[in-house]
Amino acid sequence: MKVLLSGNESIAHGAHTAGVTIATGYPGTPSTEILEALSRYEDVDTSWAPNEKVALEVGIGASLGGARVLVTMKHVGLNVAADPLFTLAYTGVNGGIVIVSADDPGMHSSQNEQDNRYYAKAAKVPMFEPSDSQEAAFLMDEAFKISENFDIPVIIRTTTRVNHSKSLVNVDIERVVRKLGYKKNAKKYVMIPANAKERRKLLESKLSALAEYSECFSGNRVEWGSSNTGFITSGISYQYVKELYPNASVLKLTMTYPLPRRLITEFINQVEETIVVEELEPYLEEQIKSWGLQVSGKQYIPNMGELSPDIIAASLGSKDEELELPDDGGLPVRPPMLCAGCPHRGVFYTLRRLKLIVTGDIGCYTLGVLPPLESMDSCVCMGASIGNAMGLQKATGRKDVVAVIGDSTFIHSGITPLIDIVYNQGASTVIILDNRTTAMTGRQDHPGTGRTLKGIESRELDLERLVRAVGVESVQVIDPYDLKAVKKVIKEETGKDEPSVIIFKRACLLVEKSKATPFAVNEKCNGCKACLKLGCPAISWESGKAVIEPSQCAGCEVCVQLCRKGAIVKYE
Amino acid sequence: MSSDVKNILIVGVGGQGIILATDVLAQVLVSTEYDVKMSEIHGMSQRGGSVNAMIRFGTKVYSPVIEKGKADYTIAFEQLEALRWSNYLKPGGKLIMNSERIKPLPVLMGNAEYPTNIIERLKQKDLELVEVEANKLAEEAGSKKTANIVLLGCLANFLPIRKEVWHSYIERRVPPKTVEINKMAFDIGYSLLVKAAD
Repeated sequence: MKVLLSGNESIAHGAHTAGVTIATGYPGTPSTEILEALSRYEDVDTSWAPNEKVALEVGIGASLGGARVLVTMKHVGLNVAADPLFTLAYTGVNGGIVIVSADDPGMHSSQNEQDNRYYAKAAKVPMFEPSDSQEAAFLMDEAFKISENFDIPVIIRTTTRVNHSKSLVNVDIERVVRKLGYKKNAKKYVMIPANAKERRKLLESKLSALAEYSECFSGNRVEWGSSNTGFITSGISYQYVKELYPNASVLKLTMTYPLPRRLITEFINQVEETIVVEELEPYLEEQIKSWGLQVSGKQYIPNMGELSPDIIAASLGSKDEELELPDDGGLPVRPPMLCAGCPHRGVFYTLRRLKLIVTGDIGCYTLGVLPPLESMDSCVCMGASIGNAMGLQKATGRKDVVAVIGDSTFIHSGITPLIDIVYNQGASTVIILDNRTTAMTGRQDHPGTGRTLKGIESRELDLERLVRAVGVESVQVIDPYDLKAVKKVIKEETGKDEPSVIIFKRACLLVEKSKATPFAVNEKCNGCKACLKLGCPAISWESGKAVIEPSQCAGCEVCVQLCRKGAIVKYE
Repeated sequence: MSSDVKNILIVGVGGQGIILATDVLAQVLVSTEYDVKMSEIHGMSQRGGSVNAMIRFGTKVYSPVIEKGKADYTIAFEQLEALRWSNYLKPGGKLIMNSERIKPLPVLMGNAEYPTNIIERLKQKDLELVEVEANKLAEEAGSKKTANIVLLGCLANFLPIRKEVWHSYIERRVPPKTVEINKMAFDIGYSLLVKAAD
């Protein structure tokens, strides 16, 4: 039977049939739905780890114990997990380990668009790039076999268009689980230099064997066409090439590390001209050129953003420009925004009013940078807000530097920089926006919610006790809907010569639906626009007055506190 | 592009039920033995941003992405998004547009005007506009949340698939308590164009 599955659902399905018994990761677009889909199988132990490094380390332990393990993350998550990855290449595995790195060309929902294919080459581990959902499912089985047969972890590198596109997948394959058991082997798994030197040599011989495998692997194949131009391509770019040039000869590469050098050389020798079509960096092109072969690619095709058939056709001069229709220019943009009733809104409003330096972090609350709130000065990566605040304070000598970080992000990588502030005698104020969920990626649980991915009640991480334990003595927990209290606590804590933490605690409305009565604006409104400075989607400006759309209003009462005329009243 | 592949673009604003409507449409198409691919981007767009979903079906589909000037049909859940995405339609393509208007942030704040001449601008283009008061019709069906299914009903007129097939996939996808209301919403949308042709 064939069913329509997203790349992510298909990876979960493929992992299940391949006999994965343990799976872990950290949510991150576009990877999140893999573990969510896998968590619906009762016979797979799925969990959210506090961050990607922990996830991979748990994965390594599970592999030692004999399980087949899937570890999932977005591209930037692999930066966090890179430390165990590079040494895992040396130790190898017991049960197979497959790491999914979901890249985001075009930065639909990311802070950069790094090309993680270079990780496979740098860490010296095999890598596959699926082009659609069916191939993603097939590759899970292949990847686990390779991982165990060659004693090495495998990276499946996907991109947003593969993760989030749906296509047909054959789901008639039975699940097979092998039990390997644990065997002590210190020479293999304890990487002291003496052992690591031996494993290092072994890794090179594994890569030679894997290169041979890549030559014969069915996913690396030539589809001969009638034209003299040949294309070498991988991932989603393969689909675009087939769409545009149905008659061309195509070398489809599915295992893209190590590359099949002989197969590529023979292909290039049999066509007149070879063009490499790949999204982001010239990863394939550079390696092919290093062998002294003639190909072109990035001289035409952009190394930035997502590709599309249109972009490829335009780059290669095969686009019919006359068909191009102009955009409707000058239309108002529709940026994403904090939801009506979002507990973050009042905090950002206050930070702006107080004119503080605000170092930001990764989550919904990064939207606090957009007008009208515009209260964020930096945002780099998960957990960076706290270290950024410490550094800014050191360099400027200013006390009014505030780090803003979400609950899930704080647990991911905000604890160690907070220890740095305490240890190195900083005086920054750290604001934890505790909305009781990982909101941006679609409401995933984390240690602070006290519930696991499987929906099981667990021990709830007490953020207040945690920050006190690392040495922060000035800690306050405040309801972010109370604007007076928000302003008072921020002024108090930024005025102190010691590290401080404010926890603004209120659940995201996507987790706990509001039962409050909505509000409306009455005739007392004098058009002062104070409420419009909140950037709430329920409030709009019409003919010189503010208007609240009751069906949108969550009844948070933040705007009520700003209205000097008392014009915002309960909607009857 | 492959000869028999048809392209359907669905656009609107996060929270309008676009994903559900797209899922139903995709499942219906799968049941017809076509190759089907569907692409949607979610993430930041959930927060009230512009949202789009692309469905392609035919004997063999490669790219999951629809290009500008290639869509056979567009369903726009919102007027401004209809105009924003109108150049994705092929010449003479059909635009099924909900009359709903949702103000984007710059308009809410009074920093930009919501265009007042959307319908005139669309009528000047080489496309066939079908305007639907889907929210009002959805309320007639029993819940304004079914506007997405009303619009799907309109689209169904153009696809060679029996009404019963649509009904059966709506049944599988919507919450059990709302099955009848959603089927009603579909029928209202479906009969709209039949009436117009009479």
